[in-house]
Amino acid sequence: MASEKRVQFKSSWLPWALIAPQMAVILVFFFWPAGQALLQSLQQQDAFGTSTEWVGLENFQRLFTDPGYLDTFKTTAMFSILVAALGITLSLLLAVFADRVVKGVTAYRTLLILPYAVAPAVAGVLWVFMFSPALGVVAYWLGKLGVDWNHLLNGGQAMTLVVLAAVWKQISYNFLFFVAGLQSIPKSLIEAASIDGAGPWRRFWSIQLPLLSPTTFFLLVMNVVYAFFDTFGIIDAATQGGPGKDTSILVYRVYYDGFKAMDLGGSAAQSVVLMFIVVVLTVFQFRYVEKKVNY
Amino acid sequence: MVDRRPALTVLSHLVMVLGVLIVAFPLYLAFIASTHRPEEIVQLPMPLIPGDYFWETYKAALFGRDTGAGSHAPVARMMWISLVSALVIALGKITISLLSAFAIVYFRFPFKKLVFWMIFITLMLPVEVRILPTYQVLSDLNMLNSYAGLTVPLIASATATFLFRQFFMSVPDELVEAARMDGASPMRFFFDVLLPLSGTAMAALFVIQFIYGWNQYLWPLLATTTEDMYPVVIGIKRMIGGGDAQNEWNIVMATALLAMLPPAIVVVAMQKWFVRGLVDTEK
Repeated sequence: MASEKRVQFKSSWLPWALIAPQMAVILVFFFWPAGQALLQSLQQQDAFGTSTEWVGLENFQRLFTDPGYLDTFKTTAMFSILVAALGITLSLLLAVFADRVVKGVTAYRTLLILPYAVAPAVAGVLWVFMFSPALGVVAYWLGKLGVDWNHLLNGGQAMTLVVLAAVWKQISYNFLFFVAGLQSIPKSLIEAASIDGAGPWRRFWSIQLPLLSPTTFFLLVMNVVYAFFDTFGIIDAATQGGPGKDTSILVYRVYYDGFKAMDLGGSAAQSVVLMFIVVVLTVFQFRYVEKKVNY
Repeated sequence: MVDRRPALTVLSHLVMVLGVLIVAFPLYLAFIASTHRPEEIVQLPMPLIPGDYFWETYKAALFGRDTGAGSHAPVARMMWISLVSALVIALGKITISLLSAFAIVYFRFPFKKLVFWMIFITLMLPVEVRILPTYQVLSDLNMLNSYAGLTVPLIASATATFLFRQFFMSVPDELVEAARMDGASPMRFFFDVLLPLSGTAMAALFVIQFIYGWNQYLWPLLATTTEDMYPVVIGIKRMIGGGDAQNEWNIVMATALLAMLPPAIVVVAMQKWFVRGLVDTEK
């Protein structure tokens, strides 16, 4: 916590009244449920919720010996890496070219930020429509090219579909940060390199890309967070985790096990695992990202 | 630009145009689909130029109809629910964060550090990691299928609180001193000095949080069980239950476009604040 204000007001009740609404919401809807998740992860309930017994770490043990759960980890890792890598590369490419364009840059930018306004679930529906094996235009074109597209049966294709939809939605975000990052690079550096005879290609690799590394690193963390937590809507709308469990990421599985399979203890244990992941990601974000990113 | 390279400028425009075309294609296709009859869309390949069924499709989508598979709830009602929720979430977040940041920056009180950390920790507890227990709390409080249930659990905001805190820290101390010398109460200072200064920060935050609120999916999925309380994002998902052939894709796509219209308008019209809000809140 940074330094305090030198001049402050004095009141014994007013500050409490001011933070009361925020505190009420976070106590009732954040801390209480999080505590419940911790408790339930150590308990086992029967299907009717009539009896509860303490089982210690059994839920976790069951979780980590379940090959299905370990597969979910692999699926999530695969999904996040693809979304982050593809999303960052494509938007960097667009941002670098946008940086060279003088005329029409506002029009390009306006169109490129539109996907940010689209809800993940709606993005999922749009992409399913294009790739639907029965009537999708893109699936039809792929068929003409000899690709037999059916993401309802083919796990790899289903993964491709959700990755594409997730990348599409995240491109706006990455693009804006890269554009801001490129603009913050001092023009004098580029000019100096240019006078020394460095062409655009050389300038990109030797100046722009290295100076963008804080932005890139920040975006890497943000994209992983996005892929982990904000893509639930895309997956639920596009594939429902299928075919089989091929696109079922961690967050989708918590939802599925808790609401569809009614496995309370297992779902709670997964919540705890997820909390741990968020803590790690947040610490990472604050320790390594905040100080190094400059706008 | 540092050097003149016409070929590279042409290439740049080419890449941008290509990028924009690819990014805009799903939206274009959705629009095309929403102007055709359902039976025209299921033909392979579906037409790629607008049809003449625009008004009928949007009328059916907005006010409901009784054919086809899946949900038929009128989209106008869903849009209203989304609008109310998004506004309450955005304004609620701004209000309670302003108040908490004011308390944290301008008052000395016991357990302040603890309060600060409690707000900070909520960053690590997104809905996604506490799905089931939060649902149980909501149902214990009888808040399922209500506006309160859709909004209140989402209006706590660590990011907004930190943003305002950072901003308040940058406000010169002389202003407080002057206000105190003039005998202004803390709340008077808050309303007359701090609020007017926070205008830009509030606008930036509003854009981001409105979109956040409008695009919520997982939370309303848990908090609503009846059709008359579905926000539009949930509604559209319920519409595609019928399988490829039975879905009235023209109506689904019209709904998709209607669902993205308000946030798109906010993003485009308030682009300056949007970019600022994005950079500020994530920092």
